[in-house]
Amino acid sequence: MSQGANQLLSKLASSDKHGEASPYFDGWKAYDNNPYHPIHNPHGVIQMGLAENQLCSDLIKEWIRKNPQASICTAQGIDSFSDIAVFQDYHGLKQFRQAIAAFMERARGGRVSFEAERVVMSGGATGANETLMFCLADPGDAFLVPTPYYAAFDRDLRWRTGIRIISVECNSSNNFQVTKQALESTYLKAQETGIKIKGLIIANPSNPLGTSLDRENLESLVSFINDKQIHLVCDEIYAATVFAEPKFISVAEIIQEMVHVNRDLIHIVYSLSKDMGLPGFRVGVVYSYNDAVVSCARKMSSFGLVSSQTQSFVAAMLSDQRFVDNFLVEVSKRVAKRHHMFTEGLEEMGISCLRSNAGLYVLMDLRQMLKAQTFESEIALWRVIINKVKINISPGSSFHCSEPGWFRVCFANMDEDTLQIGLERIKDFVLGDKASKNENYNCICNNKRENKKRKSFQKNLKLSFSSMMYDEHVRSPNLMSPHSPLLRA
Amino acid sequence: MGLPLMMERSSNNNNNNNNVVELSRVAVSDTHGEDSPYFAGWKAYDENPYDESHNPSGVIQMGLAENQVSFDLLETYLEKKNPEGSMWGSKGAPGFRENALFQDYHGLKTFRQAMASFMEQIRGGKARFDPDRIVLTAGATAANELLTFILADPNDALLVPTPYYPGFDRDLRWRTGVKIVPIHCDSSNHFQITPEALESAYQTARDANIRVRGVLITNPSNPLGATVQKKVLEDLLDFCVRKNIHLVSDEIYSGSVFHASEFTSVAEIVESIDDVSVKERVHIVYSLSKDLGLPGFRVGTIYSYNDNVVRTARRMSSFTLVSSQTQHMLASMLSDEEFTEKYIRINRERLRRRYEIIVEGLKKAGIECLKGNAGLFCWMNLGFLLEKKTKDGELQLWDVILKELKLNISPGSSCHCSEVGWFRVCFANMSENTLEIALKRIHKFMDRRRRF
Repeated sequence: MSQGANQLLSKLASSDKHGEASPYFDGWKAYDNNPYHPIHNPHGVIQMGLAENQLCSDLIKEWIRKNPQASICTAQGIDSFSDIAVFQDYHGLKQFRQAIAAFMERARGGRVSFEAERVVMSGGATGANETLMFCLADPGDAFLVPTPYYAAFDRDLRWRTGIRIISVECNSSNNFQVTKQALESTYLKAQETGIKIKGLIIANPSNPLGTSLDRENLESLVSFINDKQIHLVCDEIYAATVFAEPKFISVAEIIQEMVHVNRDLIHIVYSLSKDMGLPGFRVGVVYSYNDAVVSCARKMSSFGLVSSQTQSFVAAMLSDQRFVDNFLVEVSKRVAKRHHMFTEGLEEMGISCLRSNAGLYVLMDLRQMLKAQTFESEIALWRVIINKVKINISPGSSFHCSEPGWFRVCFANMDEDTLQIGLERIKDFVLGDKASKNENYNCICNNKRENKKRKSFQKNLKLSFSSMMYDEHVRSPNLMSPHSPLLRA
Repeated sequence: MGLPLMMERSSNNNNNNNNVVELSRVAVSDTHGEDSPYFAGWKAYDENPYDESHNPSGVIQMGLAENQVSFDLLETYLEKKNPEGSMWGSKGAPGFRENALFQDYHGLKTFRQAMASFMEQIRGGKARFDPDRIVLTAGATAANELLTFILADPNDALLVPTPYYPGFDRDLRWRTGVKIVPIHCDSSNHFQITPEALESAYQTARDANIRVRGVLITNPSNPLGATVQKKVLEDLLDFCVRKNIHLVSDEIYSGSVFHASEFTSVAEIVESIDDVSVKERVHIVYSLSKDLGLPGFRVGTIYSYNDNVVRTARRMSSFTLVSSQTQHMLASMLSDEEFTEKYIRINRERLRRRYEIIVEGLKKAGIECLKGNAGLFCWMNLGFLLEKKTKDGELQLWDVILKELKLNISPGSSCHCSEVGWFRVCFANMSENTLEIALKRIHKFMDRRRRF
């Protein structure tokens, strides 16, 4: 690569705000280099770092088979081909907007209504979040984001927009809930340093917590932003994955009741990537109660419109009310089943998770396995899990968690057998580690099932963790790039 | 030209509250460009659209550069081959689930290979395209914006020859904060870019203390409907090397050149160069919106000879990926070389025929056009009809054509043409019948004018 042309790129292009140096992605690399396969590569890395929903694709496939007219490429649907192929109006197909609005309503139990005219397309929720930042904030302005938060927010909210993220720290003492005090003090501190806070962005249900906000908490957040007259962006991408109390409460519901709130401050981000498991189709939605934002976001959607082919297909599928209602019931049920299977399996080996009621993952508590309550220890443990246990999970630090020792583990992006194997590996790791103080990894490869509950694990975990395991991986070639944001944590 | 650095905030008219909440500067600016007459005509069309049977006196849309002449070829192919239905669920082929989950910003390999092969075919094999250098974006709109983010910082400039596609004002400038400095071209040499015009534009930027980061051309040109000569391309690349800046070539109409031999892609020039420091400043934008007439599917691509740009563009494409459903459907179609060869050939012929019909028709009415050889439009000269040889005069005439003739065409001023009186007229987004009716209206109008 020549020097001359290299200096020719923009500052934005040369920065690392694309965020790929984060360990969040290093684990993916390990998986890419050695992916698990039940037959061809049974000792490969199992991907548990990817929050995908593969639980309901059979329902969608069945619908597709029964509805060939929904595709513009089949004999039954070809007559629509040319009209759809030329359609690039950034308002989107009317039937698409209507179907999305209806789907969003049903995912909220019909407790709120959404106007099709406010549905604005974007390149996935990735595009939606960035678009809202472009609309609501100038370079140098800031948005408050409670920690831990979705790792890619660093890129999506900041990279091209030039806005800053100010973390609102949450901790496990109250299950990582955002408190009014934390919000107020963070806001105040930022103001004192002259930073202009334009809004608060939350994911509800949360990634990586897997929890949804109860009414009181959500009302409190809305009061806070209304009080400060700053924006509230609610990323509700996991809305349909809620499987236990509290039932999902959308910010849309709250503002129905809190009539004095300035609706111009309220914006929702949605997508079909998680609830429906269609990330490839890039169906993102910006839904704003602010007319000017709808108008602006719509213009900006030119940079990330949903393929009309996909709009057409989604419109047909989501207008099928019977299909939608059944689908929503099944998503919730199947996520619940996986969740229980995984958390119970972990409980049996003395590992607990943050209590959660939504999402495609859990936040696993491995604090007691840390050599020291530091992020270095967290990363060292994480490397052992990737390299020796061969599962890709995400360390809490990649989500800017303020406490070391938490790991997000996804459970919906594989079949049940693979999930079981993942559990087995964790079990062997934990047991094998307890059984031998010396470094001996034979038992990790040993897939013997152990049925006895061993509650005594819990208190022995810290003591039994072999210090040699740590040292080996602290010295081994660095999986992390030397400029990983972790080092600044 | 260009956006003032500080914009006055416009107030939000919301009924709901005491305090008007602010949006970003980007949001309240008008750099989205929608106030241009380019779009005002569309509105008139939307309110009163021509229809052969139901609304024969409605506005005929000639301001929209769409290609509808070759749909039958696509539909026939799809009916026969049914790529989507047959691929999902057949043995060995990626199934629905894999496709629905596929959000890798590298894009489907089969699709990238198909795009590379299609781009090669369009250029008659005179250039090779490496599928690993293809970055997919949701349309050329996104591709141009993305490249601008990567090649320039806010307040830097790109040099763009006039007249140019009105959408560039938004795509290159709006959210990026980058300026456009025009390279003025005129009819004295068929609007070709001259070395003097290049130097002059560069100097204008320097005098205003603006850092130039690149030149962006459209080849074949929109709105001229003509290819850029090989010599001009070589001069351009030379210029970019001397100034140490980038060269972006938007080749979105490359498949719409009436005679394939008349098109030289910048890719051909780059292929004959060994010096990496020269190659690395060249980037090509392409899309299926014009050549294949599939603007709704949002298939754009950036092809760069610069590894860093490819890598960064790929990452940035996360904000604007192409639907995997669409990639999948088009991959099989575009890699069917028998089909694409036939399509490209027939499409060229039909466009050429349309062009001949409209140019002949206009000639008979006493109207000359720039000699064109590509694209979905012709560049018509009505300078002789202007009462005042000013931009206002041009807009007045445009208004008359819209209101009286009910034809929506695009005034040259909306394309930043430095010469008044030119209009872009699209001919590929309607049936031949409708084109004949439009020509009849023009004839009537010209007859009336001659009588006075």
